[in-house]
Amino acid sequence: MQEHDMSWVRTEMTLAQTAPRSQVGPGAWIRRSLFSTPTDSVMTILAALVVAWALPQILNWLFFSAIWSGADRTACLTTEQGGQLPAGWSGACWPFVTSRFGQFMFGRYPLEERWRPILTGIIFVALIVPLMIPRAPFKRLNAILFFVVFPFIAFFLLVGGAFGLRFVETPLWGGLLVTLVISYVGIVTSLPIGILLALGRRSKMPAVKLLSVVFIETVRGVPLVVVLFMASFMLPLFVPPGVTFDKLLRALIGVALFSSAYMAEVIRGGLQAIPKGQYEGADSLGLGYWQKMGLIVMPQALTLVIPGIVNSFISLFKDTTLVLIISMFDLLGVVKQNISGDPTWATPQTAKTGYVFAAAVFWIFCFGMSRYSQYMERRLDTGHKR
Amino acid sequence: MAQEVYHEAEPAKASLLYDPKVRGIAFQVILIALLVLGIWWIVDNTIVNLRRSNISTGFGFLRGRSGFDISDRMIDYGSDSSYGRALVVGILNTAVVAISGIITATIVGFLVGVGRLSNNWLIRKLAMVYVEVFRNIPPLLVILFWYQGVLALLPNVRDSFALPFGSFLNNRGFYFPRFVWGDGSWLILAGLLAGILLSWYVARRAYARQMATGQRFPVFWTSLALIVGMPLLGYFLGGLPVSMDFPQKGTFNLTGGTNVKPEFLSLFLALSFYTASFIAEIVRAGIVGVPKGQTEAYSALGLRSGQGLRLVVIPQAMRIIIPPLTSQYLNLTKNSSLAVAIGYPDLYAIGGTILNQTGQAIEVVVIFGIVYLGISIFTSVLMNWFNTKMALKER
Repeated sequence: MQEHDMSWVRTEMTLAQTAPRSQVGPGAWIRRSLFSTPTDSVMTILAALVVAWALPQILNWLFFSAIWSGADRTACLTTEQGGQLPAGWSGACWPFVTSRFGQFMFGRYPLEERWRPILTGIIFVALIVPLMIPRAPFKRLNAILFFVVFPFIAFFLLVGGAFGLRFVETPLWGGLLVTLVISYVGIVTSLPIGILLALGRRSKMPAVKLLSVVFIETVRGVPLVVVLFMASFMLPLFVPPGVTFDKLLRALIGVALFSSAYMAEVIRGGLQAIPKGQYEGADSLGLGYWQKMGLIVMPQALTLVIPGIVNSFISLFKDTTLVLIISMFDLLGVVKQNISGDPTWATPQTAKTGYVFAAAVFWIFCFGMSRYSQYMERRLDTGHKR
Repeated sequence: MAQEVYHEAEPAKASLLYDPKVRGIAFQVILIALLVLGIWWIVDNTIVNLRRSNISTGFGFLRGRSGFDISDRMIDYGSDSSYGRALVVGILNTAVVAISGIITATIVGFLVGVGRLSNNWLIRKLAMVYVEVFRNIPPLLVILFWYQGVLALLPNVRDSFALPFGSFLNNRGFYFPRFVWGDGSWLILAGLLAGILLSWYVARRAYARQMATGQRFPVFWTSLALIVGMPLLGYFLGGLPVSMDFPQKGTFNLTGGTNVKPEFLSLFLALSFYTASFIAEIVRAGIVGVPKGQTEAYSALGLRSGQGLRLVVIPQAMRIIIPPLTSQYLNLTKNSSLAVAIGYPDLYAIGGTILNQTGQAIEVVVIFGIVYLGISIFTSVLMNWFNTKMALKER
């Protein structure tokens, strides 16, 4: 009989070896994520070529060949066009933006009164920042101030005509001021109207349901331009002769109606996702309709659709540019007006520069909103999702 | 006898005021009354206002002579044509923008959406940059950027850029060769139709054979050969009836060929690339929404990744993709009304011109409503049909 006194089980740990060179490190990363298959390699090379061709041109245009100072159009013209720059030059003409910056922000708002929109802006930021930070205290008070008190302050500050402030009629407003006013009013009015419409659409009362459906589907079926068109051409027909509507007010009504129809559909999605048991639970507690909706259903439904709500805010913000078509001057309108109607800065590069600037402003706002909504979504995620 | 006692006890009569049914009816009656009053007030005011400005109502104005010209048109139209015909020109232009935009946006959107999920780091990042840049900028701004910032700066006719295939690009738009269809061209069309019908038949037979015997038939290559070959056959049988009309460079103008105007180009580029960024996100969400188990299952069945994508993942992803895709198509169609900002004569722009000339605000808005709602309903119905076709077939 043979004895095996050799242990086949290792009794001590081997020392950990470093991972093979082919698996870790920058080389492996490059191979794995850029050249894993022949097709991949071809695509990487093509994409890299495109980037190498486009990126320097874009950066050059934006920064390196751009003109940063100047008094008028001659600063941004090539020798052929009557300026100093070498032939074939192409770059941004930033002094156009800096010299018109005040207009881009406030339109034709009187110079000596511009502290009023600035003050409004400061109050706005001071109220919205704590509202957006989840840990900041006094949420309820803050929300009341932002949604109920602030509109009145802003109205008196911007319009004036009371408390010793000069009256500034709305045709003088313009630029980012108008963009923000329309977006704010659209957002603040569309949420409650949208909630009512969504509830109406799910109501058991046939007349209420029919009216909500007809309103929502009609408004959603036509472009915002048509709604604005109706608001600006037909509203004056609907009121008794002699009553005139402010043009900005007409645009605001159009935008509010339009966005509330979209908001209603977003909120309806949230309502549909609430299980029937929640409604029945509320009923069995003896809550009335508004208590049931306000205390049980809506808080859950709105939390569910926060991404959708913010998405409609973002599209509303982008849609404010459409007031240009009923000849009002929001940020894009003022930029366009300065590009096509002002000979002081008429150069081939002006249009591109102006629109790139406006695009950057819009982009920052929209991107900020979408990132904030992603953050809120993660925060409010109750773990019910798959 | 407890039951009887129970029966005898009358339920406590609550006041009618607290009966939800009564309340509901009362509320609806009040709502309808208010609505009727409001409408009556509006109609009354409108009639007074219209009478004051001497505008007659009705659609009779559509037969009147329009007196304005339209540069971009699909059908014959001159300043002597009627308002009605001008509106038809506008509707057709809206349709052209919408259809070409939808096709381009879908292709670009699918490519970018798949690119966002690529294993390739560079492609993934490029797709992300594309999506984040384009969907956060208002489409109207992009339209104006193309129109005033890029296309207006192109050289004039004399220095136009020559592009391959005899096409030209200058500040009056894009010029490319046009086919001139001679006699006997109908044979080509007939060939194409025959090719499509034959490949459909082949595909059906091949499927039946594969089901019965398990043998496969190269359907794709046969269909390709049929669809390309039959029109070619028609082309030769018809005696080479097609010739090309190349744009010719003159001193002041390009003659011949087809001209795509800068207005259309800006609108088309801006709308399709804007919508593509949304479609890309929808496609990505759709593909991510297919559970990972499906991928593992098709590998376990021995399908290659291409086959697996085509036969297993995409059909399931389509179910998630189609409903939001429909609304993007509708958005693009509605956004085509932004054409008015750069003077492309779509329905909205022409309607606006007619309104300015005749003052028929209500009629024009009604026409807008009917056409845009009609397009919306038509697209929804079409996509719903496609959706039911793609939907999960359950027992």
